[in-house]
Amino acid sequence: MEPILVAKNLSKKYGKVVALDDANLELYPGEVLGVIGDNGAGKSTLIKVLCGAVIPDSGEILLDGKQVSFTSPIEARTLGIETVYQNLALSPALSITDNMFLGREIRQKGFMGKFLRFLDKKAMAEEARKRLSELGLLTIQNINQLVETLSGGQRQGVAVARATSFGTKVVIMDEPTAALGVKESRRVLELIGEVRARGIPIILISHNMPHVFEVADRIHIHRLGTRLCVIDPKKYEMSDAVAFMTGAKEPPAN
Amino acid sequence: MNKISEDISKDLKDQPKFSGDIGSKDQDHHSFELGEQTTLKKIQHFLHGNPTIVPVIILILSVIGFGFIAGGKFFSAFNLSLIVQQVTIVGILAAAQTLIILTAGIDLSVAAMMVLASVFMGKLSVEMGIPTLPAIMVGMISGVATGAFNGLLVTRLRLPPFIVTLGTWNIFFALVIFFTGSQSIRSSDIEINAPLLHFWGERINLGGFVFTYGAFLMIGIFVFLWFLLNKTAWGRHVYAIGDDKDAAELSGIRTDRMLVSIYAVAGLVVAIGAWVSIGRVGSVSPTSFYEGNLDSITAVVIGGTSLFGGRGTIIGSLFGALIVGVFSSGLSIAGLDVLWQRFALGCLIIIAVGIDQWIRKVSN
Repeated sequence: MEPILVAKNLSKKYGKVVALDDANLELYPGEVLGVIGDNGAGKSTLIKVLCGAVIPDSGEILLDGKQVSFTSPIEARTLGIETVYQNLALSPALSITDNMFLGREIRQKGFMGKFLRFLDKKAMAEEARKRLSELGLLTIQNINQLVETLSGGQRQGVAVARATSFGTKVVIMDEPTAALGVKESRRVLELIGEVRARGIPIILISHNMPHVFEVADRIHIHRLGTRLCVIDPKKYEMSDAVAFMTGAKEPPAN
Repeated sequence: MNKISEDISKDLKDQPKFSGDIGSKDQDHHSFELGEQTTLKKIQHFLHGNPTIVPVIILILSVIGFGFIAGGKFFSAFNLSLIVQQVTIVGILAAAQTLIILTAGIDLSVAAMMVLASVFMGKLSVEMGIPTLPAIMVGMISGVATGAFNGLLVTRLRLPPFIVTLGTWNIFFALVIFFTGSQSIRSSDIEINAPLLHFWGERINLGGFVFTYGAFLMIGIFVFLWFLLNKTAWGRHVYAIGDDKDAAELSGIRTDRMLVSIYAVAGLVVAIGAWVSIGRVGSVSPTSFYEGNLDSITAVVIGGTSLFGGRGTIIGSLFGALIVGVFSSGLSIAGLDVLWQRFALGCLIIIAVGIDQWIRKVSN
């Protein structure tokens, strides 16, 4: 099977600090790829390059086998790479619908939309409701509720629903469970399963080993600015992964 | 006014309701326990969802209060319509100011921008003999340009709007003095050479209520901006930027371009105000509306718009302006010294911001 997203030989230096040193990454269709690494290993730079927030010094990114380049998260998103940021990038004072369509609003047909540029709030609300129920988030009943009235897990749900709604090819999730309680984290892990079930591959960055081991199909271990190895979570223990990450143990040869 | 009250009710209806459906039964992970809320908490939540309610209540209470204090004179058709006439200019400035404050900015230069635009209109048409309509167009362009200039400084130089507009306030004021040589353009000269500049000052009498055309235009501006803010993507983006600029950027909104356009639209509204102000005052005076900047901020704040951005309604600012008008009129009819009008206004501002802070605690 061909990978859907490939990062080849990415390098990035900040002054004398090498954040990425010839790093590679492959994401295959329909999988959840966990990305773990110690603090300062360069995984957050790697992710920022993939979502368009950082431009690499060298290297290339292939999406669906075609070379792509982008200079902003918006450009990456237009190509189908959606990111769910740690802070979610939602506007709390706006409604769920407004947030899901922020920057991609649907306008009314005909004169009202074309010349008066009126929004089609009904169509947006229907679409938002559909997306949320597809992801099993029916507990959110009022689609015009303000996001700030939602719990942390529900907000995550809205952010994920938004990320998977617009012809998305790849979803990058940055520490989705970091700010959540036990039950809410569980719900988000289920959500990741729902997204995978819909055929959208996910890159999951997390510090939480049990979570990564639970949902990831493969785990990419980042160390010293480059990919150390990729392991199968069924064949290794969490303690092994930590040992690879910190350099206490030699990684398996791929 | 009927149209407005309809709009308000729509405005209120549009706000999502805070009811039991927020936390449904099967959400055991939901930390929101609605059943155990105190009455005070419920009020807090209600006001949080309906920010326009506070100014509406204050307006109604103050009208009733001054009716008691100042008696029938206050309730006369003449006086009530005079209040509307008096708040026209501050109302229009407050409309523009609302756009800026919704983005978590502040514009200290609106009144100076307005006087500058009115100077262009007056100078060109009265003293340079240019036809009135083109002269008005130049005034409008000046409004858009000065607004966009503020926006560019805020976005390109990354300076706080407070500092940018504190600077441009002085710059625009200096330009006004430069272009006019501190001389006013007299009302009689305008009447002879460019009577169109006085258009919005014309009055009509509706059963004892005397309204200027300008008062209707002010209401028209509020209705137009209400539609813009609530029915278009542009309006939603204004709120998104004020709410969380970084989140808006990551959502794909080009926040810098949006901000420049918001300042430019505010500038256009201000320039329309410039035309109305010539009709209201009669002359073009370089030193008029010196307190207009702060008055417009007062109206917006009393109208329930948060200085921290993202929260508030445009209609609230109309109420804010009316509240200020009702207070000054009521207190002066009651025979109180001007100093007490200022005193009352000061208290009102502090109370309004205090209420806003209290309401905002809901989201945390």
